[in-house]
Amino acid sequence: MVDDLLRLESVDLDRGARRLLTGVSFQVRPGDCWQMLGSNGSGKTSLMRTIAGLTRLGLQGQRICTDNLLYQGHLPGLKTGLSCRENLRWHASGGVVSNVEKIDAALAHVGLQGYEDRVICQLSAGQQRRVGLARLWLSQAQLWLLDEPFTAIDVRGTALLEAQMQRHCAAGGAVVFTSHQPTGMSEIKILDLNQYAA
Amino acid sequence: MLPELGTFLRFQLQRHLQLALRRPSDVVGPLLFFLMVITLFPIGLGPDPKVLAVLSPGILWVVALLSSLVVSGRLFQADFEDGTLEQMVLSPHPLALSAMVEVFCHWLLSGVLLALVSPVFAALLNMPSRAIPVLMVSLLIGTLCLSLIGAVGAALTVALRRGGVLLSLLSIPLTVPVLIFGAAAVREAALGYDPSSWLALLGALAAGGCVLAPLAIAAGLRISLEA
Repeated sequence: MVDDLLRLESVDLDRGARRLLTGVSFQVRPGDCWQMLGSNGSGKTSLMRTIAGLTRLGLQGQRICTDNLLYQGHLPGLKTGLSCRENLRWHASGGVVSNVEKIDAALAHVGLQGYEDRVICQLSAGQQRRVGLARLWLSQAQLWLLDEPFTAIDVRGTALLEAQMQRHCAAGGAVVFTSHQPTGMSEIKILDLNQYAA
Repeated sequence: MLPELGTFLRFQLQRHLQLALRRPSDVVGPLLFFLMVITLFPIGLGPDPKVLAVLSPGILWVVALLSSLVVSGRLFQADFEDGTLEQMVLSPHPLALSAMVEVFCHWLLSGVLLALVSPVFAALLNMPSRAIPVLMVSLLIGTLCLSLIGAVGAALTVALRRGGVLLSLLSIPLTVPVLIFGAAAVREAALGYDPSSWLALLGALAAGGCVLAPLAIAAGLRISLEA
């Protein structure tokens, strides 16, 4: 029996005085890839932040989650005054990365070869997203929580990202992500939040 | 238990200094603000050197307090807006320590700098020269207290759109003891008395602040992320 990386048991989620979700239960095991669906305002981001442990208010029910996680939300977590390489030197999920070649390799994976010393504020929105997502190639975290990872990413980038997510799952990791688009990934599990709407 | 805590803290310190030095206006701005407000006093009070000399400890300390409040209010703003704060919270390293590194950098580039150039401002107000070393030491310790208090307020108000006024209302009452001890030390020294007991009280505030403020800052930042 493999341990669950994440387990929610009949979780109710409030935001302020409003109840967003009732009775959410699901388990994430190593190798799982979950896509969270739901209309705008259905509580995807709130649930994601609660899973990551960023917010605790408004959560009722049991949440068990590994500490070894990577969370990438709507905010990129990048300093606009620093270069791509400098920005990738630290992330919560990987600690301090001192190996510059690893960082450059991660940037090359997301198609940003040659941009290593560019300052973030000189990059386009999509390129900035790519720098943030380059962390997926640097992270040692087992559970990835990605909130709208495909926003502002082009078709080729989306394919790259999907491939990396599948590679991570095949290597015993797990991914939970939100997206409105259907993806090209196989063996994907769907969590539709509309069915838990309060 | 904590992987490479030393490396992490050294790295954070280096990154914050690097970021601050790329925007030198953020470092020089508060000093110019300080200078401008100081020059307002001779204009408002009249240029009598004797009057200015008597009032100078109080003036310098009140202006130091205000300029410290102005800059510390935005301490965690950038981290909150670009998502770095989320990653600081999720990091296995204690939030209190990484926030403390940030406060320390802020103090280095505001308080320490202010203390170093304060003799120039003291001369502008005709402060007796024997009080100037005490002014520098009291500002050095006092601005650390002010940065810590300002950081607690900044942590609590970072998620608010217009937190500026609320921040001042929260912080100013807490800064009163710092002002009392700091200004008293300089006044005593200007009169030729021994200021060491006032400086010791100021040091006690700084020591207590270094222990307790990080916990309050971390709690404040977590609350701000709930919004």
